[in-house]
Amino acid sequence: MCIMIPKIAQIPLVSSHPEVYDPCDDSFALVDALLADRANLLEHQPSICMEIGCGSGYVITSLALLLGGNSSAYYIATDINPHAVRVTQETIEAHGCHVELVITDIASGLEKRLNRLVDVLVVNPPYVPTPEEEVGCSGITSSWAGGVNGRDVIDRILPVADKILSDRGWLYLVTLSENNPLDICLQMRRKGYASRIILQRSTQEENLHIIKLWRDSETLLEENECMGLKKTNRVKNMNPIPFPQVSVWGCDSRNNR
Amino acid sequence: MRLLTHNMLSSNIKGVTNGFPLRMEVGKVVEKTVDFNADFLRNMFAKVEWNALVEGSKALGYFELPDNVESSMLESDEFLHKFHHALLELHLEQGALICPETGRRFPVSKGIPNMLLHEDEV
Ligand SMILES: C[S@@+](CC[C@H](N)C(=O)[O-])C[C@H]1O[C@@H](n2cnc3c(N)ncnc32)[C@H](O)[C@@H]1O
Repeated sequence: MCIMIPKIAQIPLVSSHPEVYDPCDDSFALVDALLADRANLLEHQPSICMEIGCGSGYVITSLALLLGGNSSAYYIATDINPHAVRVTQETIEAHGCHVELVITDIASGLEKRLNRLVDVLVVNPPYVPTPEEEVGCSGITSSWAGGVNGRDVIDRILPVADKILSDRGWLYLVTLSENNPLDICLQMRRKGYASRIILQRSTQEENLHIIKLWRDSETLLEENECMGLKKTNRVKNMNPIPFPQVSVWGCDSRNNR
Repeated sequence: MRLLTHNMLSSNIKGVTNGFPLRMEVGKVVEKTVDFNADFLRNMFAKVEWNALVEGSKALGYFELPDNVESSMLESDEFLHKFHHALLELHLEQGALICPETGRRFPVSKGIPNMLLHEDEV
Protein backbone atom coordinates (compact mmCIF):
# COMPACT_ATOMS: atom_id res chain seq x y z
CA MET A 1 0.00 0.00 0.00
CA CYS A 2 1.23 3.45 -0.81
CA ILE A 3 0.53 6.23 1.66
CA MET A 4 0.76 9.72 0.23
CA ILE A 5 2.87 11.90 2.46
CA PRO A 6 2.10 15.58 1.90
CA LYS A 7 5.11 17.51 0.75
CA ILE A 8 6.71 20.29 2.77
CA ALA A 9 9.98 22.20 2.32
CA GLN A 10 13.10 20.06 2.59
CA ILE A 11 15.76 21.34 4.96
CA PRO A 12 18.70 20.66 2.57
CA LEU A 13 16.96 22.88 0.00
CA VAL A 14 16.33 25.73 2.45
CA SER A 15 18.82 28.50 1.78
CA SER A 16 20.58 30.42 4.57
CA HIS A 17 22.53 33.55 5.40
CA PRO A 18 24.30 34.65 8.62
CA GLU A 19 21.78 37.47 9.10
CA VAL A 20 18.68 35.31 8.49
CA TYR A 21 16.73 33.16 10.95
CA ASP A 22 17.17 29.45 10.17
CA PRO A 23 14.16 27.15 10.53
CA CYS A 24 13.91 26.26 14.21
CA ASP A 25 11.49 24.60 16.65
CA ASP A 26 8.96 27.42 16.19
CA SER A 27 9.08 27.13 12.40
CA PHE A 28 8.63 23.35 12.62
CA ALA A 29 5.74 23.73 15.05
CA LEU A 30 3.97 26.11 12.67
CA VAL A 31 4.44 23.81 9.67
CA ASP A 32 3.33 20.80 11.74
CA ALA A 33 0.19 22.73 12.68
CA LEU A 34 -0.46 23.53 9.01
CA LEU A 35 0.06 19.87 8.13
CA ALA A 36 -2.36 18.79 10.83
CA ASP A 37 -4.89 21.26 9.45
CA ARG A 38 -4.18 20.34 5.84
CA ALA A 39 -7.54 18.70 5.14
CA ASN A 40 -9.31 21.89 6.24
CA LEU A 41 -6.93 24.04 4.22
CA LEU A 42 -7.54 22.01 1.08
CA GLU A 43 -11.27 22.29 1.54
CA HIS A 44 -10.91 26.03 2.23
CA GLN A 45 -9.41 26.56 -1.24
CA PRO A 46 -7.67 29.83 -0.40
CA SER A 47 -7.04 32.12 -3.34
CA ILE A 48 -4.63 34.51 -1.58
CA CYS A 49 -2.08 33.16 0.94
CA MET A 50 0.38 35.38 2.73
CA GLU A 51 3.23 35.19 5.20
CA ILE A 52 4.50 38.12 7.26
CA GLY A 53 8.14 37.70 8.32
CA CYS A 54 9.14 34.88 5.95
CA GLY A 55 12.79 34.51 7.15
CA SER A 56 14.32 31.52 5.36
CA GLY A 57 11.12 30.83 3.42
CA TYR A 58 10.64 27.45 5.10
CA VAL A 59 7.04 28.14 6.13
CA ILE A 60 5.60 29.77 3.01
CA THR A 61 7.30 27.16 0.79
CA SER A 62 5.80 24.40 2.92
CA LEU A 63 2.37 26.01 2.73
CA ALA A 64 2.57 26.24 -1.06
CA LEU A 65 3.73 22.62 -1.31
CA LEU A 66 1.19 21.16 1.09
CA LEU A 67 -1.61 22.94 -0.73
CA GLY A 68 -0.36 21.16 -3.81
CA GLY A 69 0.95 23.41 -6.52
CA ASN A 70 0.82 27.06 -7.14
CA SER A 71 -1.57 27.69 -9.95
CA SER A 72 -4.73 27.86 -7.85
CA ALA A 73 -3.59 30.54 -5.40
CA TYR A 74 -1.55 33.72 -5.15
CA TYR A 75 1.26 33.44 -2.59
CA ILE A 76 2.91 36.57 -1.23
CA ALA A 77 5.42 36.99 1.61
CA THR A 78 7.10 39.93 3.31
CA ASP A 79 10.07 40.48 5.58
CA ILE A 80 11.66 43.62 6.95
CA ASN A 81 15.12 42.09 6.47
CA PRO A 82 16.21 42.28 2.80
CA HIS A 83 18.58 39.31 3.26
CA ALA A 84 15.67 37.20 4.46
CA VAL A 85 13.63 38.01 1.37
CA ARG A 86 16.54 36.99 -0.90
CA VAL A 87 17.02 33.75 1.04
CA THR A 88 13.28 33.03 0.79
CA GLN A 89 13.52 33.58 -2.96
CA GLU A 90 16.28 30.95 -3.20
CA THR A 91 14.37 28.49 -1.02
CA ILE A 92 11.22 28.85 -3.10
CA GLU A 93 13.08 28.42 -6.38
CA ALA A 94 14.92 25.34 -5.08
CA HIS A 95 11.50 23.76 -4.52
CA GLY A 96 10.15 24.76 -7.92
CA CYS A 97 7.46 27.02 -6.44
CA HIS A 98 6.60 30.64 -6.97
CA VAL A 99 5.90 33.16 -4.22
CA GLU A 100 5.80 36.92 -4.72
CA LEU A 101 8.04 38.82 -2.30
CA VAL A 102 8.12 42.32 -0.88
CA ILE A 103 10.68 43.86 1.46
CA THR A 104 8.57 45.83 3.90
CA ASP A 105 7.55 46.44 7.49
CA ILE A 106 4.71 43.97 8.21
CA ALA A 107 2.42 44.64 5.20
CA SER A 108 3.13 48.32 4.64
CA GLY A 109 2.32 49.25 1.04
CA LEU A 110 0.10 46.17 0.67
CA GLU A 111 -2.51 46.84 3.36
CA LYS A 112 -4.71 49.13 1.29
CA ARG A 113 -5.15 46.92 -1.71
CA LEU A 114 -5.13 43.63 0.21
CA ASN A 115 -7.96 44.96 2.36
CA ARG A 116 -10.18 41.94 3.16
CA LEU A 117 -8.56 39.75 0.49
CA VAL A 118 -6.24 37.35 2.33
CA ASP A 119 -7.69 33.87 2.90
CA VAL A 120 -4.74 32.37 4.77
CA LEU A 121 -2.17 34.37 6.75
CA VAL A 122 0.75 32.67 8.51
CA VAL A 123 2.97 34.51 11.00
CA ASN A 124 5.91 33.39 13.09
CA PRO A 125 6.75 36.78 14.57
CA PRO A 126 9.70 37.92 16.68
CA TYR A 127 8.21 36.87 20.02
CA VAL A 128 11.08 36.70 22.53
CA PRO A 129 10.77 39.09 25.49
CA THR A 130 13.71 41.50 25.19
CA PRO A 131 14.62 45.05 26.16
CA GLU A 132 12.56 47.49 24.13
CA GLU A 133 15.52 48.94 22.24
CA GLU A 134 16.33 45.61 20.57
CA VAL A 135 13.05 45.55 18.65
CA GLY A 136 13.46 46.41 14.98
CA CYS A 137 17.27 46.43 15.13
CA SER A 138 18.72 45.54 11.78
CA GLY A 139 19.72 42.00 10.89
CA ILE A 140 19.26 38.83 12.89
CA THR A 141 18.23 40.51 16.19
CA SER A 142 14.97 41.66 14.59
CA SER A 143 14.07 38.04 13.91
CA TRP A 144 13.44 37.31 17.58
CA ALA A 145 13.40 40.57 19.57
CA GLY A 146 9.83 41.18 20.71
CA GLY A 147 10.16 43.82 23.46
CA VAL A 148 8.12 43.69 26.67
CA ASN A 149 6.41 40.27 26.95
CA GLY A 150 7.55 39.71 23.36
CA ARG A 151 4.42 41.49 22.22
CA ASP A 152 5.72 44.59 20.39
CA VAL A 153 5.61 43.23 16.84
CA ILE A 154 2.68 40.87 17.50
CA ASP A 155 0.57 43.80 18.70
CA ARG A 156 1.39 45.72 15.54
CA ILE A 157 0.58 42.72 13.33
CA LEU A 158 -2.86 41.93 14.82
CA PRO A 159 -4.66 45.08 13.55
CA VAL A 160 -3.06 44.60 10.13
CA ALA A 161 -4.25 41.00 10.07
CA ASP A 162 -7.75 42.16 10.98
CA LYS A 163 -7.63 44.56 8.05
CA ILE A 164 -6.34 42.24 5.33
CA LEU A 165 -8.04 38.95 6.27
CA SER A 166 -11.01 38.15 4.05
CA ASP A 167 -14.39 37.30 5.53
CA ARG A 168 -13.38 33.65 5.43
CA GLY A 169 -9.74 34.39 6.30
CA TRP A 170 -7.68 32.30 8.70
CA LEU A 171 -4.65 33.46 10.69
CA TYR A 172 -2.07 31.01 12.03
CA LEU A 173 0.12 32.70 14.64
CA VAL A 174 3.10 31.38 16.62
CA THR A 175 3.24 32.54 20.24
CA LEU A 176 5.05 31.73 23.48
CA SER A 177 3.38 31.42 26.89
CA GLU A 178 5.22 34.64 27.82
CA ASN A 179 3.25 36.43 25.07
CA ASN A 180 0.02 35.56 26.91
CA PRO A 181 -1.82 33.78 24.08
CA LEU A 182 -5.03 33.87 26.13
CA ASP A 183 -4.92 37.65 26.09
CA ILE A 184 -4.28 37.65 22.32
CA CYS A 185 -7.34 35.46 21.79
CA LEU A 186 -9.48 37.67 24.03
CA GLN A 187 -8.30 40.80 22.27
CA MET A 188 -9.17 39.32 18.88
CA ARG A 189 -12.45 38.02 20.24
CA ARG A 190 -13.49 41.62 20.80
CA LYS A 191 -12.99 42.15 17.08
CA GLY A 192 -15.19 39.14 16.31
CA TYR A 193 -12.64 36.37 15.98
CA ALA A 194 -13.02 32.83 17.17
CA SER A 195 -9.78 31.09 18.05
CA ARG A 196 -8.26 27.76 18.86
CA ILE A 197 -4.85 26.64 20.07
CA ILE A 198 -4.19 24.03 17.40
CA LEU A 199 -0.77 22.98 18.63
CA GLN A 200 1.12 23.27 21.86
CA ARG A 201 4.73 22.17 22.17
CA SER A 202 7.31 22.50 24.90
CA THR A 203 10.95 22.50 23.94
CA GLN A 204 13.90 22.91 26.28
CA GLU A 205 13.65 26.68 26.15
CA GLU A 206 10.15 27.51 25.04
CA ASN A 207 6.51 26.68 25.46
CA LEU A 208 5.07 27.27 22.00
CA HIS A 209 1.41 27.75 21.08
CA ILE A 210 0.11 27.91 17.53
CA ILE A 211 -3.14 29.87 17.49
CA LYS A 212 -5.61 29.68 14.65
CA LEU A 213 -7.98 32.66 14.43
CA TRP A 214 -10.92 33.28 12.11
CA ARG A 215 -13.77 35.75 11.81
CA ASP A 216 -16.93 34.40 13.31
CA SER A 217 -20.19 36.30 13.11
CA GLU A 218 -21.53 34.59 16.22
CA THR A 219 -18.52 35.67 18.26
CA LEU A 220 -19.04 39.23 17.10
CA LEU A 221 -22.71 39.13 18.06
CA GLU A 222 -21.97 37.71 21.47
CA GLU A 223 -19.31 40.34 22.05
CA ASN A 224 -21.68 43.11 21.11
CA GLU A 225 -24.31 41.75 23.45
CA CYS A 226 -21.77 41.67 26.23
CA MET A 227 -20.68 45.26 25.86
CA GLY A 228 -22.89 46.22 28.81
CA LEU A 229 -22.75 45.04 32.41
CA LYS A 230 -22.25 41.43 31.57
CA LYS A 231 -18.90 42.10 30.04
CA THR A 232 -17.08 42.73 33.29
CA ASN A 233 -18.45 39.53 34.75
CA ARG A 234 -17.50 37.50 31.78
CA VAL A 235 -13.96 38.72 31.53
CA LYS A 236 -13.56 38.12 35.24
CA ASN A 237 -14.92 34.64 34.87
CA MET A 238 -12.75 33.79 31.94
CA ASN A 239 -9.41 34.83 33.32
CA PRO A 240 -8.93 32.14 35.96
CA ILE A 241 -9.66 29.31 33.55
CA PRO A 242 -6.40 27.40 33.13
CA PHE A 243 -5.27 27.37 29.54
CA PRO A 244 -6.61 24.14 28.08
CA GLN A 245 -4.67 21.99 25.66
CA VAL A 246 -7.17 22.73 22.94
CA SER A 247 -9.53 25.58 23.50
CA VAL A 248 -12.27 26.80 21.25
CA TRP A 249 -14.00 30.11 21.46
CA GLY A 250 -16.71 31.05 19.07
CA CYS A 251 -18.28 28.26 17.07
CA ASP A 252 -18.30 25.90 19.96
CA SER A 253 -17.93 28.35 22.77
CA ARG A 254 -20.83 27.14 24.89
CA ASN A 255 -18.80 24.17 26.02
CA ASN A 256 -16.14 26.39 27.44
CA ARG A 257 -18.20 28.53 29.72
CA MET B 1 7.50 41.00 -9.44
CA ARG B 2 4.31 40.04 -11.22
CA LEU B 3 1.81 42.66 -12.33
CA LEU B 4 -0.57 41.06 -9.85
CA THR B 5 1.76 42.24 -7.08
CA HIS B 6 2.13 45.67 -8.67
CA ASN B 7 -1.67 45.75 -8.53
CA MET B 8 -1.59 45.13 -4.77
CA LEU B 9 1.03 47.78 -3.93
CA SER B 10 0.50 51.43 -3.15
CA SER B 11 2.73 54.18 -1.83
CA ASN B 12 2.97 53.90 1.96
CA ILE B 13 4.57 57.28 2.61
CA LYS B 14 2.97 59.23 5.44
CA GLY B 15 0.46 61.79 4.22
CA VAL B 16 0.15 60.44 0.67
CA THR B 17 -3.51 60.13 -0.31
CA ASN B 18 -3.23 59.08 -3.96
CA GLY B 19 -0.61 56.38 -3.77
CA PHE B 20 -2.08 54.01 -6.35
CA PRO B 21 -1.11 52.81 -8.87
CA LEU B 22 2.63 53.12 -8.58
CA ARG B 23 4.26 54.12 -11.85
CA MET B 24 6.88 51.76 -13.19
CA GLU B 25 10.40 52.55 -14.20
CA VAL B 26 11.44 49.59 -16.30
CA GLY B 27 15.00 48.29 -16.37
CA LYS B 28 14.50 44.65 -17.23
CA VAL B 29 11.40 42.55 -17.90
CA VAL B 30 11.37 38.75 -17.84
CA GLU B 31 8.67 36.32 -18.91
CA LYS B 32 8.06 33.10 -17.00
CA THR B 33 5.58 30.48 -18.12
CA VAL B 34 2.90 29.71 -15.54
CA ASP B 35 0.27 26.93 -15.62
CA PHE B 36 -3.04 28.27 -16.89
CA ASN B 37 -5.86 28.08 -14.36
CA ALA B 38 -9.16 29.61 -15.50
CA ASP B 39 -10.84 29.35 -12.09
CA PHE B 40 -8.01 31.22 -10.42
CA LEU B 41 -8.19 33.96 -13.05
CA ARG B 42 -11.95 34.36 -12.66
CA ASN B 43 -11.41 34.58 -8.94
CA MET B 44 -8.67 37.22 -9.25
CA PHE B 45 -10.59 39.27 -11.78
CA ALA B 46 -12.84 40.70 -9.07
CA LYS B 47 -9.84 41.63 -6.95
CA VAL B 48 -7.75 43.37 -9.60
CA GLU B 49 -7.89 47.07 -10.47
CA TRP B 50 -8.27 46.80 -14.21
CA ASN B 51 -6.90 50.18 -15.26
CA ALA B 52 -3.77 49.69 -13.21
CA LEU B 53 -3.25 46.29 -14.83
CA VAL B 54 -3.66 47.70 -18.33
CA GLU B 55 -1.25 50.56 -17.64
CA GLY B 56 1.19 48.20 -15.97
CA SER B 57 1.15 45.76 -18.86
CA LYS B 58 1.75 48.60 -21.34
CA ALA B 59 4.71 49.76 -19.25
CA LEU B 60 6.14 46.25 -19.59
CA GLY B 61 5.57 46.27 -23.35
CA TYR B 62 2.37 44.21 -23.60
CA PHE B 63 -0.50 45.94 -25.41
CA GLU B 64 -3.08 43.17 -25.84
CA LEU B 65 -5.34 43.87 -22.85
CA PRO B 66 -8.61 45.68 -23.65
CA ASP B 67 -9.08 49.05 -21.94
CA ASN B 68 -12.62 48.22 -20.94
CA VAL B 69 -13.78 44.96 -19.45
CA GLU B 70 -16.92 43.33 -18.22
CA SER B 71 -17.34 40.04 -16.44
CA SER B 72 -18.92 38.35 -19.50
CA MET B 73 -15.43 38.38 -21.03
CA LEU B 74 -14.43 35.76 -18.48
CA GLU B 75 -16.20 33.24 -20.73
CA SER B 76 -13.72 33.92 -23.53
CA ASP B 77 -10.66 31.71 -23.64
CA GLU B 78 -8.80 34.25 -25.70
CA PHE B 79 -9.39 36.97 -23.11
CA LEU B 80 -8.44 34.69 -20.23
CA HIS B 81 -5.14 33.82 -21.87
CA LYS B 82 -4.24 37.47 -22.30
CA PHE B 83 -5.28 38.21 -18.73
CA HIS B 84 -3.19 35.24 -17.55
CA HIS B 85 -0.13 36.43 -19.44
CA ALA B 86 -0.35 40.01 -18.17
CA LEU B 87 -1.20 39.15 -14.58
CA LEU B 88 1.19 36.28 -13.93
CA GLU B 89 3.82 35.78 -16.64
CA LEU B 90 5.30 39.26 -17.04
CA HIS B 91 7.76 40.20 -14.32
CA LEU B 92 9.48 43.47 -13.57
CA GLU B 93 12.94 42.14 -12.77
CA GLN B 94 14.89 45.39 -12.41
CA GLY B 95 13.58 48.90 -12.14
CA ALA B 96 11.55 50.91 -9.70
CA LEU B 97 8.07 51.77 -8.53
CA ILE B 98 7.37 55.48 -8.36
CA CYS B 99 4.93 57.09 -5.94
CA PRO B 100 2.48 59.02 -8.17
CA GLU B 101 2.14 61.81 -5.63
CA THR B 102 5.68 62.43 -4.36
CA GLY B 103 7.83 60.85 -7.06
CA ARG B 104 9.64 58.77 -4.40
CA ARG B 105 11.39 55.76 -6.00
CA PHE B 106 10.97 52.29 -4.52
CA PRO B 107 13.68 50.11 -6.11
CA VAL B 108 12.89 46.72 -7.61
CA SER B 109 15.92 44.48 -7.70
CA LYS B 110 16.02 40.81 -8.78
CA GLY B 111 12.24 40.97 -9.01
CA ILE B 112 11.75 42.16 -5.41
CA PRO B 113 10.34 45.59 -4.57
CA ASN B 114 11.72 47.34 -1.50
CA MET B 115 8.98 49.34 0.24
CA LEU B 116 10.98 50.19 3.37
CA LEU B 117 10.61 53.83 4.33
CA HIS B 118 13.09 56.32 5.74
CA GLU B 119 12.39 57.57 9.26
CA ASP B 120 10.96 60.87 8.07
CA GLU B 121 8.48 59.10 5.75
CA VAL B 122 6.75 56.93 8.37
C1 LIG C 1 11.02 34.13 14.20
S1 LIG C 1 11.51 34.63 12.58
C2 LIG C 1 10.53 33.53 11.58
C3 LIG C 1 11.12 33.24 10.23
C4 LIG C 1 10.36 32.17 9.41
N1 LIG C 1 9.02 32.58 9.10
C5 LIG C 1 10.33 30.86 10.16
O1 LIG C 1 9.25 30.51 10.68
O2 LIG C 1 11.36 30.19 10.23
C6 LIG C 1 10.69 36.21 12.41
C7 LIG C 1 10.88 36.91 11.05
O3 LIG C 1 10.11 38.13 11.06
C8 LIG C 1 10.87 39.16 10.46
N2 LIG C 1 10.38 40.45 10.98
C9 LIG C 1 10.66 41.03 12.18
N3 LIG C 1 10.02 42.20 12.29
C10 LIG C 1 9.32 42.37 11.14
C11 LIG C 1 8.46 43.40 10.63
N4 LIG C 1 8.20 44.50 11.36
N5 LIG C 1 7.92 43.25 9.40
C12 LIG C 1 8.19 42.15 8.66
N6 LIG C 1 8.99 41.14 9.08
C13 LIG C 1 9.54 41.25 10.30
C14 LIG C 1 12.30 38.85 10.83
O4 LIG C 1 13.21 39.47 9.95
C15 LIG C 1 12.31 37.32 10.75
O5 LIG C 1 12.67 36.88 9.47
